[in-house]
Amino acid sequence: MSETLAPPPPALQEAPPIIELRGVSRRFATSLDFAAKLARRLGLPVREEVVHAVDGVDLSIRKGEVVGLVGESGCGKSTLGRMVAGILPPSAGSVLWWGRDLHGLSGAEARQAKLRTQMIFQDPYASLNPRLKVAEIVGEAPQYHGLVRRGGLDAYVDEQLRRAGLDPTLKRRYPHQFSGGQRQRIGIARALAVQPDFLICDEAVAALDVSIQAQILNLFMKLRRELDLTYLFISHDLGVVEHLSDRVVIMYLGRVVEEAPAEEVFQRPNHPYTRALLAEVPRIEARKRAFSGVKGEIPSPLNPPPGCHFHPRCPHAFERCRIERPALREVAPGHRSACHLNDAA
Amino acid sequence: MSPPTLQVRNLKTHFFTRAGVVRAVDDVSFTVESGKVLGLVGESGSGKSVTGFSILGLVDPPGRVTGGSILFKGQDLATLSEAAMRRLRGNRIAMIFQDPMMTLNPVLRIDTQMIETVLAHAKVSREEARQRARDALGQVGIPSPEERLHAYPHQFSGGMRQRVAIAIALLHKPDLIVADEPTTALDVTIQGQILAEAQKLCAESGTALIWITHDLSVVAGLADDIAVMYAGKVVEQGPVVDVLDAPLHPYTVGLIGSVPSRNHRGEPLRQIPGMTPSLLNLPAGCAFRARCPRAEARCAEPPPFAEYRPGRFARCIHPYQEAVAA
Repeated sequence: MSETLAPPPPALQEAPPIIELRGVSRRFATSLDFAAKLARRLGLPVREEVVHAVDGVDLSIRKGEVVGLVGESGCGKSTLGRMVAGILPPSAGSVLWWGRDLHGLSGAEARQAKLRTQMIFQDPYASLNPRLKVAEIVGEAPQYHGLVRRGGLDAYVDEQLRRAGLDPTLKRRYPHQFSGGQRQRIGIARALAVQPDFLICDEAVAALDVSIQAQILNLFMKLRRELDLTYLFISHDLGVVEHLSDRVVIMYLGRVVEEAPAEEVFQRPNHPYTRALLAEVPRIEARKRAFSGVKGEIPSPLNPPPGCHFHPRCPHAFERCRIERPALREVAPGHRSACHLNDAA
Repeated sequence: MSPPTLQVRNLKTHFFTRAGVVRAVDDVSFTVESGKVLGLVGESGSGKSVTGFSILGLVDPPGRVTGGSILFKGQDLATLSEAAMRRLRGNRIAMIFQDPMMTLNPVLRIDTQMIETVLAHAKVSREEARQRARDALGQVGIPSPEERLHAYPHQFSGGMRQRVAIAIALLHKPDLIVADEPTTALDVTIQGQILAEAQKLCAESGTALIWITHDLSVVAGLADDIAVMYAGKVVEQGPVVDVLDAPLHPYTVGLIGSVPSRNHRGEPLRQIPGMTPSLLNLPAGCAFRARCPRAEARCAEPPPFAEYRPGRFARCIHPYQEAVAA
């Protein structure tokens, strides 16, 4: 599998992958209720409904890289992020952490892997315990894991807060006394307190106002420089991803449809879905333009269309797209796309 | 010459809470002509939604419209009786909310809700009302509207539900639609479809549209005019091209600078320091001065809302007169 992976940009070529996904899938099944079970007993064709949230994804993230993961709701980007973080086991395929299977690690090593990979969540209102003071939220994990002595905890927490741009004198307060942007900073301080080298940001700025969003994005970039962090940045906002990422991965209905260095994706998008997505992003530079809109709805992941998932909405779809799943193939150095049109050309 | 579709003058909507008076909308004025789109832009708590609710007469206690006038085709809505307002609301003036489930009743079928809306304001037969409902659904791009009329709201996707809400707003071909963040919860490709519908609607039927949003990029492509709100006041106003290309107010400059695509990749974004102030105890003078790079002693006086260039208003004593590379 790893031979098919595209070579990373030259500067990052030497760095080993922190995380490598090989053919990772995740299915969610809705369990049958009583009536359905009864109906099945009586011989009716009732089946469990299965959602293929993530369907055969290969991805590798190298040390020091910022990878942007883009897609619309229901495309599986958050599920993928959770599998990378080790919170959710994959249904098939394997997640390699520094070359070793994340779910085959021994107790101590598994704990290390989880500590060194931290997540920042979308909703700064739901991801902080409302009954804990800020000092407890940030200090609990490093104390438990023995990263800091009891006597040094206070100074340690102060440093974490300062690094995330918060005034340490506020650490005796509760989360509800902070604004959305400040809460997101608390979440960042909490994640960094266990000294991770890899951050997964799941829509970390989506809930914030524009001016606050800019502050948090700048903080992420500053921390990357200072702490040599690696990011998986999950977002539906192409503008944010373009600004931050070295490499961009586009998902549609559980599959990666395109993957390339950021500049390449925005200048030479290959997949029709990527092109449609880029055309629809409202741009502040645009004045009184005519909106057109991609035709059709995002299909239900319960019952995705056969072949290429995008074919019912694709203006270039032909017979083969309805039957055969397109493979992710290299179309330019470091640029992979899953579209049958690339074979025809 | 007939009066403009909507003329809001010195509107004040205050909330009388136990903690004090919140001046959510404080001296807001703007005009929308028929067939035009006004983008009302601001961050959370700037008073943009309350402005929309005030126009529709939907402000609940402890809030109250305490001053100013809302002239709809020359008629002041602020002084209208509740019965008279009911005849206008949903008929001549309609509102689209961010969450379509606020508009739709989850336990009634779409046809029940739409026919009810038609019959509330028009003396037509049920069959005719049904016909109109079907046409409205077709107009907003819902496939096979005849069958979809029988569906319940939960059987639609988010984008489709928002279309149904828009179709209901369109039923009586209103003169004015107030849309409060209607595409914020939607995906990019679906947002594009809804924006296309809104554009077509204004061009074809001459409906005036107020598009309330926090996203400058959306109004950049859609609106004719922009009003930027901060802490209950309009701080800048003018044609969309002028406001975005040559912003006057430091807040607008900061807001435009914060948009990632306006910056070079990898470089720090131009951010506005600090955060939006609480409306409960705003300091006197300019509400933005604590975050403003140009603030000086004079900013402690309330700045006037002045016309710096023809049609270009700003509430600032030291606006960016020269073109700023934002």
